[in-house]
Amino acid sequence: MTGAVIAQPSMAARLTGARVGRRRTVVDRSMRTIAMGAAFLCALPLAAVLFFVAANGLSALSLDLITKPPRALGIGGGAANAVVGTLQMVPLAALIAVPVGVLGAVYIAEFANSRSARVTRFCADVLVGMPSILIGVFVFTFLVLPFKQFNGFAGSVALAVIMIPVVMRTTEESLHLVPNSLREASLALGVPAWRTVLSVVLRTGLPGILTGSMLAIARAMGETAPLLFTALGSRVVNVGDFGRPMDSLPLFIYVNARQPVDALNQQAWGAAFLLLLIVLIINVAVRARSWGRRIG
Amino acid sequence: MNVETAVRRPDEAIEAPPERATPLAPPDRRPAASPLDIVSGEIVVEDLNVYYGEFRAVRDVSLTIPPRAVTAIIGPSGCGKSTFLRTLNRMHELTPGARVEGVVTLDGIDIYRPDVDPVQLRRVVGMVFQRPNPFPTMSIYDNVTAGLRLTGRHKRSELDEVVERSLRRSALWDEVKDKLRQPGTSLSGGQQQRLCIARALSVDPEVILMDEPASALDPSATLRVEELIAELRRQYTIVIVTHNMQQASRVSDRTAFFTMGEERAGYLVEADDTVRIFTNPAEQLTEDYISGRFG
Repeated sequence: MTGAVIAQPSMAARLTGARVGRRRTVVDRSMRTIAMGAAFLCALPLAAVLFFVAANGLSALSLDLITKPPRALGIGGGAANAVVGTLQMVPLAALIAVPVGVLGAVYIAEFANSRSARVTRFCADVLVGMPSILIGVFVFTFLVLPFKQFNGFAGSVALAVIMIPVVMRTTEESLHLVPNSLREASLALGVPAWRTVLSVVLRTGLPGILTGSMLAIARAMGETAPLLFTALGSRVVNVGDFGRPMDSLPLFIYVNARQPVDALNQQAWGAAFLLLLIVLIINVAVRARSWGRRIG
Repeated sequence: MNVETAVRRPDEAIEAPPERATPLAPPDRRPAASPLDIVSGEIVVEDLNVYYGEFRAVRDVSLTIPPRAVTAIIGPSGCGKSTFLRTLNRMHELTPGARVEGVVTLDGIDIYRPDVDPVQLRRVVGMVFQRPNPFPTMSIYDNVTAGLRLTGRHKRSELDEVVERSLRRSALWDEVKDKLRQPGTSLSGGQQQRLCIARALSVDPEVILMDEPASALDPSATLRVEELIAELRRQYTIVIVTHNMQQASRVSDRTAFFTMGEERAGYLVEADDTVRIFTNPAEQLTEDYISGRFG
């Protein structure tokens, strides 16, 4: 051992590299503070949005807002056109997107070879990040232009295109969480593959699939851009006629917030608060359920 | 697997003959009901090679598995025991790239014949896995009846009978008869494994493959599973893979010793009566293994 020849500094000196230690403490404290500030900034927008929308919208929220259509002339009335439109277009979009998304996920999680699964997954991920107005324009070209008519159906399709990748990816994740031993148990009983997927795999992954679908619905409910070129918006209450323009809560907010009339701005705040409540309730309900599962 | 065929072909095995109605029919009069028309459940393996892609996992295995008896497969880790077992009900086909050369016959019928449907085969050759794997979304009752419910329509009364009969056979009935509606996962590990055995029995197989069925269980649960195997040995052809030589010597009539040869391919060293394997094996390699000199 050569180390024994060289004289070592005293143990006290070795353990108390005072200058370095103090410097490190300072850097540690400041970096920690910065990180904490960043974390706070991440949460701040939610709090701010909640506060401002609630502060401005609470007083504007009334039964009239939900039940009365806008006045044809002048001010007053409510946002019934938007409420009714959202309640039609979003469920129809979900009706299109959930089966497509779930089936697509079943394909890539259960049947596809790894390459086609990777390609599909990649496309879905790109689609999630696609500017939503482009999806509106895309649907516009084949569901609005040919009919020379903005329509609610095109709006639903645009929303569905936005929902599909979300549903597909969350479903796929939850199918991957289903242990392989359950598939084997089922197949070893002589249960055909299709039935195994349906009654064992999908059934076991169902909570995750529902969570993903609800989050996709909440997301679609708040989309404005894809509807600008498709459903357009409408001042009249359109019940059931998907061939004609429909309104939605985000479109109502967009239109009314831009009017130079205080009462209409107030209606926009009210609609904003209503939309926020619905989306918040869906989100919290879904996440509370999955928290409960993780803990319980 | 061929889903199409499975859908088109009605499951004759499950359209129960009326004599099955007696819930506690004596085991020996258990009707031989199977699409392959099995009477005895004898498996003959000839020159079986199993490949995963280019890799040969099992080499040149020839082995006769006698009907209505317990055959144990022992050997060191990685010698292809489980792989071999899974070729007996074609479960290895679920692994991409896995393929088989050679012949496996079940009562004279080559199970790799093109017209043999693996889905039907697995109703005759059931399987119990290493870790208990009850369906977590299903009750005890639904777990036992899953094999029937997911393969066809059945009368409620018929299912009730199957549940009682299968759980009695798997020695679990007395413990769960008052809580059949509770989730299968609420049971202890050992009970879950017996539930899985009941589930395998519910579709009336002739052969039951067990892949280290007690390795995840504590000693007392292991004992119960071994007792159960002893009770089932005259009614079913049982093939059990085990790491545990004492277990093999306790539960089996015959023992097949596998080990790993060149290029990590597993092969069969010898198969004989269990007593003989453990007292006076023909091969030195077997002697070395059971006396703990390797493996």
